[in-house]
Amino acid sequence: MEKILVGLKRVVDYNVRVRVRSDGSGVETDGVKMSINPFDEIALEEALRIRERNEASEIIVVSIGPAEAQQQLRTGLAMGADRAILIKAGADVDSLTAAKMLLEIVNRENPDLVLLGKQAIDNDNNQTGQMLAALWGRPQATFVSRLEVGDGTLKVKREVDAGLETIEVDLPAVVTTDLRLNEPRYVKLPDIMKAKKKPLDEIDAEELGVKSDESVRTVSWEPPEQRQKGIMVDDVEGLVAALNDKGLI
Amino acid sequence: MARVLIVAEHDGETLNPSVARCVTCASGIDGADIDVAVLAADGGALAAEAAKIQGVRTVLQADNPANEHLLAATAAPQVASLAEGYSHVFGPSTTFGKDLMPRVAALLDVNQVSDIMEILGSHRFKRPIYAGNAIITVEVADDKPVVATVRTASYHGAEPGNDASIEGVSTDAELPQHTRFVELATGSSDRPDLQTAARVVSGGRALGSAEKFELIFDFADSIGAAVGASRAAVDAGYVPNEMQVGQTGKIIAPELYFAIGISGAIQHLTGIKDAGTIVAINKDAEAPIFEVADIGLVGDLFAIVPELKKAMGS
Ligand SMILES: Cc1cc2nc3c(=O)[nH]c(=O)nc-3n(C[C@H](O)[C@H](O)[C@H](O)COP(=O)(O)OP(=O)(O)OC[C@H]3O[C@@H](n4cnc5c(N)ncnc54)[C@H](O)[C@@H]3O)c2cc1C
Ligand SMILES: Nc1ncnc2c1ncn2[C@@H]1O[C@H](COP(=O)(O)O)[C@@H](O)[C@H]1O
Repeated sequence: MEKILVGLKRVVDYNVRVRVRSDGSGVETDGVKMSINPFDEIALEEALRIRERNEASEIIVVSIGPAEAQQQLRTGLAMGADRAILIKAGADVDSLTAAKMLLEIVNRENPDLVLLGKQAIDNDNNQTGQMLAALWGRPQATFVSRLEVGDGTLKVKREVDAGLETIEVDLPAVVTTDLRLNEPRYVKLPDIMKAKKKPLDEIDAEELGVKSDESVRTVSWEPPEQRQKGIMVDDVEGLVAALNDKGLI
Repeated sequence: MARVLIVAEHDGETLNPSVARCVTCASGIDGADIDVAVLAADGGALAAEAAKIQGVRTVLQADNPANEHLLAATAAPQVASLAEGYSHVFGPSTTFGKDLMPRVAALLDVNQVSDIMEILGSHRFKRPIYAGNAIITVEVADDKPVVATVRTASYHGAEPGNDASIEGVSTDAELPQHTRFVELATGSSDRPDLQTAARVVSGGRALGSAEKFELIFDFADSIGAAVGASRAAVDAGYVPNEMQVGQTGKIIAPELYFAIGISGAIQHLTGIKDAGTIVAINKDAEAPIFEVADIGLVGDLFAIVPELKKAMGS
């Protein structure tokens, strides 16, 4: 195939313990470490591996978000993407709007494959890839943990509740990644320097002519109910007694 | 008035327990009429099973040879077409629903509400974000259908004991040929189903190998429990992916959960926060799992688990 488009969302790093602001107006993001969504890093790694097998020639990374998302795109370029596109928009673009914007980029670039994460670990939505596939009228292969490129087709294994499902799709298609697809490479210092010279185009969201969707609005945030720390027992006998007390055996 | 259409998950032979859970969730909407859509190649028996679920008004039986192995690309246009006249379209937040429902939402030009955990009104819902570190309330516009997935661990299944009517339906939706089912590899087992079991025993990286993970299976079998695992245990190849519990695995709510040799990372805890009683066995007294465990025991699992099996197993 020719081109692969990879979505990179800028999200709060997965190691950060996210907290709801005390006034319930959102979650604390000031001074918090931001990273590429882990599933998107896996998507990019897979694209790089496909290119390394000479099964694709160009990889474009795209992010929709604030100007700071340039950092994540630069990391993507350092990992090995050829060029980057930043669609400048607010920090929390909803999934349908993101899918519509990605579709605009798809129509400009005509990729053979779009690789996205299965979910963004901030909103945990798990929607954008499926929506893009629907709007584009193309196949979707979600939660993928193995991918083989065929002749104008892809054969993938999907992680489903019952086990592993294999499906075959015609290209172009949308694939969303699961964690076990691969382990992303580390970025090396010289690559960071080289990445500075790679093209990073910026597009204003308005320029794409996509109207932001307002069908689902968040009205309040609250911390989850915390489980209380229970008791510690000294041995198996104590454990069995505690289970007995709770009427569980 | 609210009219809810629930998309039934099934394996061609029986309904998934998620259907009855979605019905319970939908019945939280005041005065809602609840219908269930069964998309199958030959859905007679499935529709009959759905008709028994209390709270269901009508079962829509959409038979089509293309539904033999239900794929999102073929199911979505059918569901979008059946959705006509409904105010809500619900599916489960299982891999089936997560794959399908956003495709339906896009066809209906709305965002999906993912993982409903509480219904506050016909257009107001609570759902978790950030791996459950925050709960948000969302309000959905009422000029288009609400498309949502239901966090099945938050609901008990509605009981059988109904005799709803069954209506054969067909849609003229055009079904694409670009996506083809090849096979499903499933570790068939006689053990209870992880997503609905009352007792679950999970093992983590500490087990060290697939052979040693047998210890977990042995103990689970002796108390009639389902078996789960942490991501680390799955990644290391001790057990298959369908056993993973957590943010990116299964979200479960058993009465009794054993976390054995699992540290208690936030992504794992997301999967068990609604468990009745959590028992943790870990050799590290500082392991975060003890912060949420109801009963904790510090020690070597390889010594403790065989002893526990003897003490608890019948
Ligand atoms: C985006 C993302 C999504 C994720 N989703 C999930 C998910 O869905 N589910 C999930 O589980 N994880 C998930 N993770 C991974 C998670 O962060 C942890 O890495 C993982 O849960 C750790 O697994 P573990 O507890 O088995 O391993 P470890 O963290 O290595 O813990 C092993 C524990 O075993 C104890 N131990 C060692 N030997 C013994 C012994 N002999 N006896 C008793 N105790 C012993 C140790 O003290 C330690 O606490 C995700 C991570 C990311 C980034
Ligand atoms: N703002 C964004 N910028 C780039 N990619 C995005 C954006 N939002 C969503 N995506 C992609 O869509 C995937 C699923 O996101 P979501 O549906 O929001 O959980 C992510 O893993 C990304 O690959």
